[in-house]
Amino acid sequence: MSVVFILIVASLIVAVGFLIAFIWSVKSGQYEDDYTPSVRMLFDEENKQNQHKTNK
Amino acid sequence: MISEKKIEAQLLCYHCGDEVINKTIKHDEKHFCCEGCKMVYEIINQNNLCNYYDLEKNPGISQKHKVREGKFAFLDDKSIQKSLIHFTQGNQSHVQFYLPQMHCSSCIWILEHLNKLQPGIIKSQVDFLKKEILVVFEHDHTGLRKIAETLTSIGYEPHINLSHDNSKKISKYDKSRIFKIGISGFAFGNIMMMSFPEYFSLGTFEEEGMREFLGYFNLILALPVFFYSASEFFISAWKGFKQKIVNIDAPIALAVLITFGRSFYEVVSGTGAGYFDSMTGIVFFMLIGRYFQSKTYDTLSFERDYTSYFPIGVTVLNENGGETQIPVSKLKTGQRIKIHSHEIIPADSILFLGKANIDYSFVTGESLPVEKNIGEIIYAGGKQIGGAIELEVVKEVSQSYLTKLWNNDVFKENQEEKKESFIHSVSRYFTVALFSVAAAAVVYWSVYDSSKVWNALTAVLIVACPCALLLSATFTNGSLIRLLGKLNLYVKNANVIERISEADTIVFDKTGTITRQQEAQIIYNGPDLTETEQQLVRSLANQSNHPLSKSIVSFLPFSKTLSVKNFMEEKGKGVSGIINGVEIKLGSAGFMNIGKSIHSDDGSNVYVMIDGEINGCFVIKNVYREGLIGVANSLKQNYKLAIISGDNDNERTKLEGVFGKETYMLFNQKPEDKLEFIKSLQQQGHKTIMIGDGLNDAGALKQSDVGIAITDNINNFSPACDAILSGEKFRWLNGLINYCKKEKQIIYCSFIISILYNIIGLFFAVQGTLEPVIAAILMPASSISIVLFTTGMSSFYYMKLKSKMNGNKNSIEQY
Repeated sequence: MSVVFILIVASLIVAVGFLIAFIWSVKSGQYEDDYTPSVRMLFDEENKQNQHKTNK
Repeated sequence: MISEKKIEAQLLCYHCGDEVINKTIKHDEKHFCCEGCKMVYEIINQNNLCNYYDLEKNPGISQKHKVREGKFAFLDDKSIQKSLIHFTQGNQSHVQFYLPQMHCSSCIWILEHLNKLQPGIIKSQVDFLKKEILVVFEHDHTGLRKIAETLTSIGYEPHINLSHDNSKKISKYDKSRIFKIGISGFAFGNIMMMSFPEYFSLGTFEEEGMREFLGYFNLILALPVFFYSASEFFISAWKGFKQKIVNIDAPIALAVLITFGRSFYEVVSGTGAGYFDSMTGIVFFMLIGRYFQSKTYDTLSFERDYTSYFPIGVTVLNENGGETQIPVSKLKTGQRIKIHSHEIIPADSILFLGKANIDYSFVTGESLPVEKNIGEIIYAGGKQIGGAIELEVVKEVSQSYLTKLWNNDVFKENQEEKKESFIHSVSRYFTVALFSVAAAAVVYWSVYDSSKVWNALTAVLIVACPCALLLSATFTNGSLIRLLGKLNLYVKNANVIERISEADTIVFDKTGTITRQQEAQIIYNGPDLTETEQQLVRSLANQSNHPLSKSIVSFLPFSKTLSVKNFMEEKGKGVSGIINGVEIKLGSAGFMNIGKSIHSDDGSNVYVMIDGEINGCFVIKNVYREGLIGVANSLKQNYKLAIISGDNDNERTKLEGVFGKETYMLFNQKPEDKLEFIKSLQQQGHKTIMIGDGLNDAGALKQSDVGIAITDNINNFSPACDAILSGEKFRWLNGLINYCKKEKQIIYCSFIISILYNIIGLFFAVQGTLEPVIAAILMPASSISIVLFTTGMSSFYYMKLKSKMNGNKNSIEQY
C-alpha cells in the first residue's frame, strides 16, 4: 500500500465535503433569490441583527 | 437640508418624489404632494422606521389614488384564506403576497420591518426579483386582511388573484435538476482526475493494484450519475419507446447505457479502465445545456388566464341589505353584487343601481369607457370607473361571455407536444447514419477479425452519440433566450424561437397593440372654454361615435348631457347641432370652411365653432405606437399582414395609410372570431404570429403558432402567450424576428463542427482502437468548442442588432 491510496481517499473526502456543502446550499434556498440578500447586507448595523433573526 | 430644498426650483414630495403643488401639506417641515403620502410618512415616522427615507431619496409610492377601505374584506372569508396561506404550523402561518410596487432598496427595508408596524407579524422576507413578500404571522393575533391593509397603508397594495396559490411547485423541480448537475459535475471532475495515470502512462502502472483500485473508484463515482443524474434521459426515452417513438432522448440514453455497460465490464473483468469520464461528461454537459435552455424569467408568467386578472373575492348584498364577501368562484346567478370604482366585474350581470361607466379596453379592445343604463347587461371583465354600482349576476363566472373562451378546445391541448423541432428530424438522420457506420464496422470486423466486433461496435456508439448535436441546440437556444430577454422580448421556451422564424403571416390586434393603451393625448389650443361652453361641446360630441368625439368627451370634465337639436354628422368631417339655441360645430378645418389647418400635423385637429365663431381647436395626438410605420413597412415585404380588432372601423382609412391597402382588416370581432380567424389562416397553410395585448386576444394568441403579448409594463397582467414583448421595443419587431431566424443558421453551423469531431472519433472507433484518453479529449473538446461557438455567434448577432437599435434611434423618430 502506498501513500498514494491514502491521498486519493483523502482527496475524495474533501471533494465529498464540497458536494455536501453544495447540496445544502441549494436545499436552503440560496439560489432562489440571488438579488435581495445583496441589498439586505448593506442595511445598518442595528438592522443586521434583525435580519439574522428573519433569515433563520 | 430644508434650505437646500428651497433652492431647488421644483419642490418634490418627501415621500414619493412627485412635484408638490399644494405647499400646505406639511409635516415635520417636510412637504408632501398629497394627504396620502403624508399619512404614509406619519405611519412610518411613528414606528421609528424613517430609515426608509435615508436609504433612497423619495422612495415612496404615490398615494394619489386612494385604495377603498374594506377592499380586502374578502380576506376574512375562510375558503379564500385557505387558498392563500400555503403553510401553517402551530399558531404560525406563512403567506406570500405579490407587490408590484416594489422598486428599490428602501422598499426591501421597510417591507422586512413589517413586524414593527403590526404586532402579530413574526417576520417578513422579500424576494425582490419576484416582487414577492413572505410573511410569517401568528394567526391568533393578526389576520390576512390586517396584513394586506397594513401593506396598503404604507403604499404596497398586494395584488391578489385566483391563480395566486399554484406558484410553488415549479421551483421544486428546478432544485432536483441542480442536484443532478452538481452530482454529475462532481463525478465528472473526480473521475477525470483519477484517470490521469491512465491517460499519461497509457496502460503501464508502476503501482501494484493501482489500476484495479482506480477502476472501481471510478465505477463507484459513476453510479449516482448513471442512476440519478441520467435518470431523466432514461425515463423520457422509455416513455417514447412505449409509444413507439424514438424521441430525442433515446440516442443519449442508449449512449449512456452502452458506455456504462462496457466500462463496467472492462473494470470488473480487468481488461481496461472504461469510459466513465466520457459518460459522466456527456451527462454533465447535457444537463447544463438543458438547464440553460429552460431557465426562464422569475417575474414573468406565460400561462395566465382570466383567473389571474379577475378579483378573488366580491361583495355580495344580502336580502336584508347586509354585505358579505365571498370568493368569486362561488358566485351564483341571481345574486346581487356591489362593484366599487376601479374594480373588475367578475361575471355577466345586469346593472341594478348606480351609474355604470365601464372600461372594456382590456377585454374587448374598445378604446373608451362605455356608459351603461340600469337594466343593461354588463359583461364580465369590464372595469367600473366612477361610483359604486350594484349588479345582479346572470351567468356564473366560468360561463360568462369572456371566460367562456377558455372552454374552447385550444386551451386544453398542449401546443409544445404537437410540434416537433427541426432538431429532432436532424438527429433522426444522424442516428440512422450512425447505425449504418456501426453496422458497417461490425460487418467489416466480423470478416477480418471477429474478436474486434464487440469492441468496434460499442466504441462507435460511445464516441458518436448525438450529444454534440443536442448540445448545440440547447446552448444556442439558451443564449438566444437570454439575449432576447435583454432586448425585452421574453420568450417562453426554445421552441418559440423556432416557430417565430418559420412564420409567414403576422396578425395584429388594434387597441393596445398598435395603439397605445393610454388614452389619446389632447391639448386645447385657444382661449379656455367656460364651463357652459365645455358642457355644450361635450353634449354635442357625446352624440357621435367617432373616436375623436369620444376622446373629446373623455377629455372634458363630466357634466350633464344636454339635448341636441338638428344634430348632423358628416362622416369623417364633423358634427353640428343646436343646444339651448346655440349653434355648435365640431370638426375638421374643411368642415368649418377655414381652409388649411393651422395647427400641428402630428395629430388630428378638431375645431370648435360656437355661434358661428371659431373658438379654438382640439389637437388629438396620434395614439399609434412609435415606429409603427417603420414596422409596417419592413414587415410588409416578407409577411402577409392582417389587423383584427374588437373596435369599430372608424380608423380603417387611417390604418390603410400606415399598413397599405393589401393588409387585411377585420373590425368588430369578438374574442371567438379572432380565434376562428387565426384557425382559418392556419387551415390555408399559413404559419401565424398573433400580436395582441388583452384578454380578448387570449384565444387567438393561444391558437396561433406564436402568440406575442405586448405590454407597456412587464409586471402588468398579460394574457397567456408564447412571448412577451415590451411596448417600447415594438418598433424593432422586424429586427427581433430576424434575430430569431439566426437560430437555425447557428445550429446548422455548429452541427458541422460537431460532425467534424464525430468523424475524428469514428476514425478511431471503427478500427476498434478507441483509447479512453482519445474519448476523454474529444468529448469535452467538442462540447466546449460548441458552447463557445454558439454563445459567441448569438452574442455577435445580438451586438449587431443592438448597435443598429442605438444608431437608428434618432432617425426612427421621424416616423
